Amino acid sequence: MNASSLRTVLEGGRPVAGHRPWPRVIVTPELWIALSEGLAGGAWTLLGLWGESGMAHLAAHEPSTGTLGVASLPCPDGWFPSVGRLHPPAQRLERAIADLVGLQPVDAPDSRPWLDHGRWPVSHPLGLATPSIGALPPYPFLPVEGESLHQIPVGPVHAGIIEPGHFRFTANGEAVVRLEERLGYVHKGIESLLTGAALERAARLVGRVSGDSTVAYALAFARAVEAATETIVPDHAHWLRALLAELERLANHLGDIGAICNDAAFALMLAHCAVLRERVLRASAACFGHRLLMDCIVPGGVAADLPADSAKVLRALVAELRRRFPPLVELYDNTASLQDRTVGTGFVRPALIRQFGCGGTIGRAGGRAFDARRQPGYPPYDQLEFATPVLDESDVNARIWLRIHEVEQSLTLIERILERLPSGPVRGALNRPGQPCEGVALVEGFRGDVLVWLRLAADGTVVRCHPRDPSWFQWPLLEAAIENNIVADFPLCNKSFNCSYSGHDL
Amino acid sequence: MALIADYLVQGCQMLLMLLLAPLLTGWVRVFKARLLRRRGPSPLQPYRDLFKLLRKEVVLADSASWLFRVAPYLIFAALWVAAALVPTFAGGLPFSWTADLIAIVALLGTARFFLALAGLDVGTSFGGIGSSREMMIASLAEPAMLMMVFTLSLLAGTTELSSVARFMLTAEVGLRVSLGLALLALVMVAIAENARIPVDNPATHLELTMVHEAMVLEYSGRHLALIELGASLKLLLYISLLGCIFAPWGMAVVGEGLTAYLIGVGAYLAKLAFGGFLLALFETSIAKMRVFRVDQFLGAALMLGLLGALLLFVSRSL
Repeated sequence: MNASSLRTVLEGGRPVAGHRPWPRVIVTPELWIALSEGLAGGAWTLLGLWGESGMAHLAAHEPSTGTLGVASLPCPDGWFPSVGRLHPPAQRLERAIADLVGLQPVDAPDSRPWLDHGRWPVSHPLGLATPSIGALPPYPFLPVEGESLHQIPVGPVHAGIIEPGHFRFTANGEAVVRLEERLGYVHKGIESLLTGAALERAARLVGRVSGDSTVAYALAFARAVEAATETIVPDHAHWLRALLAELERLANHLGDIGAICNDAAFALMLAHCAVLRERVLRASAACFGHRLLMDCIVPGGVAADLPADSAKVLRALVAELRRRFPPLVELYDNTASLQDRTVGTGFVRPALIRQFGCGGTIGRAGGRAFDARRQPGYPPYDQLEFATPVLDESDVNARIWLRIHEVEQSLTLIERILERLPSGPVRGALNRPGQPCEGVALVEGFRGDVLVWLRLAADGTVVRCHPRDPSWFQWPLLEAAIENNIVADFPLCNKSFNCSYSGHDL
Repeated sequence: MALIADYLVQGCQMLLMLLLAPLLTGWVRVFKARLLRRRGPSPLQPYRDLFKLLRKEVVLADSASWLFRVAPYLIFAALWVAAALVPTFAGGLPFSWTADLIAIVALLGTARFFLALAGLDVGTSFGGIGSSREMMIASLAEPAMLMMVFTLSLLAGTTELSSVARFMLTAEVGLRVSLGLALLALVMVAIAENARIPVDNPATHLELTMVHEAMVLEYSGRHLALIELGASLKLLLYISLLGCIFAPWGMAVVGEGLTAYLIGVGAYLAKLAFGGFLLALFETSIAKMRVFRVDQFLGAALMLGLLGALLLFVSRSL
């Protein structure tokens, strides 16, 4: 199957009118399986897999040609051929489809529930929404056999104030034999809330899927709406959006660098990085009116223009970071006890990273150069010069260094955006769809690529919207990263991944 | 009359240890916060925490046995006695004949033994992890401590601390390589025993990396207060021990009168403050080591202690 390109395969389906900017085609089960085989072959990357009543959707990307597309398989009988059977990255997405929509992946290697823990009032909330049958049987964790193995259940409630998730370790003394994650504790029913929502409310909802990536989510949603309605966004808005995205990246990377070091009990880095992150947040509040930049990006543009003295505030921020960040990098580089913890810890095989299409810092620290700002790319990054740092070591140290390099790139980007910020309106009127239309967008957040797919009704309300967090393809790799490590190194690996619970559990 | 006064001083010494222990812990925390450019809590915060814990209800796991309830009292008693034995501001107190280094090591070992049992008792995985790690650390730290004791006793001819302190003040000691090695070994053991960075992190919230905290995760209320106070006492004990053996300057001898005692207390407090500052500085400048590196760290301490003792057999002047 690898011989044919993604485009050829998609041309075998029936195109759907009104889906932009990539094509969406209705495929037959045979073509669906061919797609699964292509994904398993490694030529294409799985971008997303989601469902709605009677239909399963699959988004794929072909890195060599840049082809993107969505394939939809009608499932009148409530089942579809499992993609996860051939391509493991799809397994959790399929289990989520089975829980949310009720479509069963046939021949799936793992038929356990995923998001539904038996505590929802309704089963299949996005499908038939039947009243829940109540408690599910106890969740069977994957078996581990062998002498002198013991299990360590960790979470969902942790000793620190972090999001909930359960980790089941099987260890031989300190050495981890297997880690299995159980997520879904922060399921909020976002997709159900989005169904039927007006655009304004939907934009706010999507912007709150994962609070630390609010800009990335809002941007992906806005771009999907604009693609669906064929709205032209003013140039000025594009540049402001990039400014917002880089500020978010900067704040989160700075926080992460400090937090990873703190998990090795090196609180000095956390203390200093937290101060720098706070500077970014304050500058964000001064320029955009919100520390975390929530609701700044709206479909059609951005909510408000920069106040008069913002350029000065932001330039001062960049100057301060350029002055105060390098000594911290030096401190990290020169602290042998810290390097001893990070170098070689939490190694993920690059082959696995490519297979899972794992993006963001984890992907780029493991040799996968994918950056949604370049491919598929969106304005104004096509007019901006910036580097995409890539490392090959794929350990905790590489993930810290990648963040350090990206902080430097973001600083450069902010400077260049400020230099060339065009003038003009910041918001354009959205076109009224007039008829049902669909849009999709892929945006690079600090954590990785955020995908938003949506269908709008003729009156402009949301019929179905699926935001896919980058963490879907990163959480499984954490299970692989901890192999051959010791139990006590898990927090370090986990923090270097910094996956979103909220974005994943929806 | 003199005897009563001596016993009074001895009583003061025991109470002083109990009252000072939380302050030292708070002091180290303040220094650490300042080094991180944080304002940090008041040095009196550990007292407030202890009072808060004492007032709180004790929540016991269903699987907890009598051992779990008794252990905090045993641990606290052993640590308090051990800490009170160390000469602080005055030597030659009525109980000082019991202030034997080997007795102190044994008391510390007893406290640790019960803490590890309590960690295992509830049957949670974290308690088990903590206990197993603690035992690994202890099995390396105790021999290192004993080697340090042997070095000292070879030199001073006794393991009784007041006499050791007096001996250290005499001119015949001089600068000795073996003492330097013993000092280093004791510092390393003290860091490991007190669950400080780089061996353990007393401030962590990460269950999987804990050693000491993992064992006491299930404790609450007055039990936790006793264990926390015990941990503070242990830190005070080690810093006092370092002060008593390697910096016995200013220490009064019993019966010298109030002025000498006051000078002794002043010198003792200065030593504690300095020790706490050094600890905070060291902890801030280093990351926690991998669990399996602790054996190398403590192995080095053992080797240093051993080397110190061996040197004394080779040459009387080293």
